[in-house]
Amino acid sequence: MNQQDAPADVDPDLVQLLTPEGVRVSDEAVAPYAARVAHLDAAALRELYHDMVLVRRFDTESTSLQRQGELGLFPQCLGQEAAQVGSGRALAPQDYVFPSYREHGVAFTRGLDLAEILLQFRGVDHGGWDTEKHNFHLYTLVIGSHTLHATGYGMGLQRDGLVGTGDPERDTAVVAYFGDGATSQGDVNEALVFAATTNAPVVFFCQNNQWAISEPTTRQSRVPLFHRGRGFGIPSVRVDGNDVLASYAVMDEALERARSGGGPTFVEAYTYRMGAHTTSDDPTRYRSRSEEEHWRRRDPIDRLAALLRAEGAWDDAWAADVEAEADGLGEHLRTYVRAIEAPPASSMFDHVYASEHGTVSAERAWHAEYEASFDVDAAAQGGAR
Amino acid sequence: MSAAHEGTFGEEATVKTLTLGKAINEGLRRSLEHDPKVMLMGEDIGALGGVFRVTDGLQKDFGEDRVVDSPLAESGIVGTAIGLALRGYRTVCEIQFDGFIFPAYDQITTQLAKLHNRSKGRLNLPVVIRVPFGGGIGAVEHHSESPEALFAHTAGLRVVSPSTPQDAYTMIREAIASPDPVLFFEPKARYWDKGEVDLSLGAPVGGAASDGAASGSTVSDDGSAVASSAAGSTLGTARVVRPGTDLTLVTYGPAVHVSLKAAETAAAEGRSVEVIDLRSISPLDTATVTASVRRTGRCVVVHEAPTFLGSGAEVAARVTEECFYSLEAPVLRVGGFHTPYPVAKIEHDYLPSVDRILDAVDRAFTY
Repeated sequence: MNQQDAPADVDPDLVQLLTPEGVRVSDEAVAPYAARVAHLDAAALRELYHDMVLVRRFDTESTSLQRQGELGLFPQCLGQEAAQVGSGRALAPQDYVFPSYREHGVAFTRGLDLAEILLQFRGVDHGGWDTEKHNFHLYTLVIGSHTLHATGYGMGLQRDGLVGTGDPERDTAVVAYFGDGATSQGDVNEALVFAATTNAPVVFFCQNNQWAISEPTTRQSRVPLFHRGRGFGIPSVRVDGNDVLASYAVMDEALERARSGGGPTFVEAYTYRMGAHTTSDDPTRYRSRSEEEHWRRRDPIDRLAALLRAEGAWDDAWAADVEAEADGLGEHLRTYVRAIEAPPASSMFDHVYASEHGTVSAERAWHAEYEASFDVDAAAQGGAR
Repeated sequence: MSAAHEGTFGEEATVKTLTLGKAINEGLRRSLEHDPKVMLMGEDIGALGGVFRVTDGLQKDFGEDRVVDSPLAESGIVGTAIGLALRGYRTVCEIQFDGFIFPAYDQITTQLAKLHNRSKGRLNLPVVIRVPFGGGIGAVEHHSESPEALFAHTAGLRVVSPSTPQDAYTMIREAIASPDPVLFFEPKARYWDKGEVDLSLGAPVGGAASDGAASGSTVSDDGSAVASSAAGSTLGTARVVRPGTDLTLVTYGPAVHVSLKAAETAAAEGRSVEVIDLRSISPLDTATVTASVRRTGRCVVVHEAPTFLGSGAEVAARVTEECFYSLEAPVLRVGGFHTPYPVAKIEHDYLPSVDRILDAVDRAFTY
């Protein structure tokens, strides 16, 4: 068993709208959250299922591509689909997301072509997508650094008059996604200080997936992580991150608070990293099979499928269409990735500075001359190299 | 944004006598006036006006939203400035003292310096980080350091340091106008030096005038601070502050002052020493330095930072490579030692002094 003694299912602080068996929770304590998902009809629930299935296919296809040597590395979000899709689907188009590097599910909800995420893992790009097109910032690999960027962005939104106007098309929130390990970082704590004291419209969405590579959350905290937010004077809530409806509802509440001028929220989405940290990791060295099995029984996709079946919203033909679409995504990823060639070496000199810098210019010129010298040799040898 | 383009060219060409600190204050004020997206953020910069009073009066005139007293967290200051930049704000961060910049080192070198590149040029990070630096003020530990080389070693950052009130004024305005992040090292021991400042100089905020090109610079050798920056772009260009024929002293920041004194003394001894104020460590205006050394044949680099792996080592390497056949002596360096910055009572034995500079000059003539 993991260090968290109380199973998530019986944690009285946990906001849960669907039990692991896919049964709706009718507890009065969660009624305000239930009200936030009351408008999600059968079609909307199927849409959430669809999203999670596609995100999971992205994970498995990308992992296969790494095993085939097409990618250098890949970090799966396996098991965290509900936390990511649920929270992501609560966002408005104008909201802005600062992801960590495992937020493929959120990326999907922001309309990214997921293949673009693979550019950096193929080693051809440090970023990969147009951040302004999707209001989805680039992945940040240094743990927690981007929580400050999110906070600064929120401070900018306040100055731009995009908070608390009452206009739902205008009011904007910013979300920082990070993990349990990040809560130990100084930058995350500084971000909480800045956001709290400036009342910035930021949602700190912490996915507690129980493991920071090999370190359990007991190495990061002696209190539940969402208590951390409270210490900064920030409303904080723990949600069942394997429950797509609760993740949606809790995020919806936090976004509403941010957009209306109510300031930041700290969300701890209690979930589990079902896969390895990355394709280079080996979880058998630090965690048990029984723990993995415990969480496999709480699979977020199975949970929603059970609800769909129980409520008569399941349709085999539709489910087959979703699988077919996932197959199509897999085909797209394989084709896209394999076709990407390395950029020219000279591209390393591009975009180092926004304006001319003498050192870079000189080194670019030297490199071009050096490269050209091989062409001269080649020419001397009759062009055969 | 129209306001951003009206300022500079419509301003009267007023010349005032200002201290270096006040010149920066005036530059910040004008940038705040000309671009509503310009902000200042730092510890104690509001009501107090900063521990050196460089931001004196600015919060009163521009409000708490634009001149922000931040929480006491340097990484937070730079990290939120990055987020603000992504919303189009140009934040000038104040780090209270040189030795306090390290909590922000990660944000500066791994995020601020690299986001433009990471986004393939889609995102610009026009953030300025002002750092009072250097010693000689009798301070306690962490208040007298010269960490500029640590930042110049990171691609994506511009690293500059003015030595006169005019350059301080012009360069802070150009730094704010720059689309790139700029580390702006202010020689704190020289904050109270007075000089004439032409307030019409300096790029308009939001303009692209300050491209900091190292080559084809507008450096003149007339030794006049005002005239040499008249052409506009000073950011990234060196300046000959005292012409000479026998040896080139290459320096910047607080060491310019002592280098000029050394040159004066050398002149009394019959040696004509040229003094170059680099003004910029990254980029490095190698052309101005090598043009001088080709004429003089001798070069000494002076800075307060430790000489070991310091900016002077880069200057020495480049001069050696590019002026090898003109050199009469090896390039020598005068600077701090490979020790922690010493206690105040002995700091003057650590800092470059007239005597130590002249000693190096003498050694350069023994070859």
